[in-house]
Amino acid sequence: MSIGFQPGPAIVIHCKQIPKRGDPPQMWNRKKDDEPMPRPTLAPPTAVALAREGIPMNTLPPPRLAEPEAARAASVGKSVVIKGQLYSREDLYIDGEVEGTVDMPESRLTVGPNGKVVAGIKAREIVVVGTIHGNVEVGDKIEIRKDAKLVGDIRTVRLVIEDGAYFKGSIDIQRNEPKAIPAPRPAAPAPPPAQPVVQAAAVGGDKR
Amino acid sequence: MRDCQGLEILDLGEFNQANRDYIASLGHRLFHEDLVAGIDQIFGSGDPATTQRHPELAHEFLSQTMQFEPGQFDAILVWDTLHYTARPLLDAVTARLLSLLRSRGHMLALFHADPRAEQVQSYSFRITGPDSLELHSRGVRRPAQLFTNRGIEKLFDRFASIKFYLTRDSLREVLVRK
Repeated sequence: MSIGFQPGPAIVIHCKQIPKRGDPPQMWNRKKDDEPMPRPTLAPPTAVALAREGIPMNTLPPPRLAEPEAARAASVGKSVVIKGQLYSREDLYIDGEVEGTVDMPESRLTVGPNGKVVAGIKAREIVVVGTIHGNVEVGDKIEIRKDAKLVGDIRTVRLVIEDGAYFKGSIDIQRNEPKAIPAPRPAAPAPPPAQPVVQAAAVGGDKR
Repeated sequence: MRDCQGLEILDLGEFNQANRDYIASLGHRLFHEDLVAGIDQIFGSGDPATTQRHPELAHEFLSQTMQFEPGQFDAILVWDTLHYTARPLLDAVTARLLSLLRSRGHMLALFHADPRAEQVQSYSFRITGPDSLELHSRGVRRPAQLFTNRGIEKLFDRFASIKFYLTRDSLREVLVRK
């Protein structure tokens, strides 16, 4: 219920109607008038205005909150089914079904709780929360979380397994051998100094 | 296991990080298959003496389980899984284990000491060092059968040798060689 007084600045009073016993149930949507009025917002003071008033302020940009892993990665939703070859150069979050091959040697793959991947996979890093059926080749690390299921052979440098994970297959741990630093070559013999033009001219037998 | 590298070892217990780390640290390759989880998946959680006699299910179990090359493994860690397999499936599983071992390969199995218990503690076995093994409970299960020493000898009568060791927690450790 709203009461308005005219003329002059409008004063709006919002009252909540209390239903009485025996009143018919409310059947209609709220009237637009009953909706709360938007509060007037003040524009934030500008740095110049604050400085003028002598109020201390921070001029650094506000700290950015860390985004969730899945939000940073490209994602395959849980109702999506992909069949074929999947190649990615960015991180990928699969919560749907993928069948075929997954090739992302420079990136991280996360198989979400609803994710089911029936594929050979090559990735830099894999986190399994859902299910993988297929051989897996990992450049860095694979994590198999609790209740995750992986059936296939794993080749990896590092492996983390939580209790309650199901795994069937073989594990081949690749040694992370340090890259061979090429031995310094012996100093190459200095190229013979360029012969002076005068001599060249002399060899040429160009006599004057 | 500590004297040589590059052995191929099959672990039939619950998958865990401790065994993976220990075996990989010795330079061996680990293969894994959770035999009890496979039994539950195919036969369900009913009375094993009844469900495992179903010939079609038994055939399905054998066609999906331990599908490796004959003579592939230097060692097989069977742990306590043979308790949960009923005859005649048990004999087929033991024959499969024998075929998967290389000549002079070893197999480690553990058996409960009380052959009359109706429920037994099931464990996840974790190797934490050359002389130490941690037992983590996987709950209580109804065994398909329990074994006397004579029963274990008969079970492995096609192997070249059997050694018995009495361990803690009412378990007998049995090391057999092909």
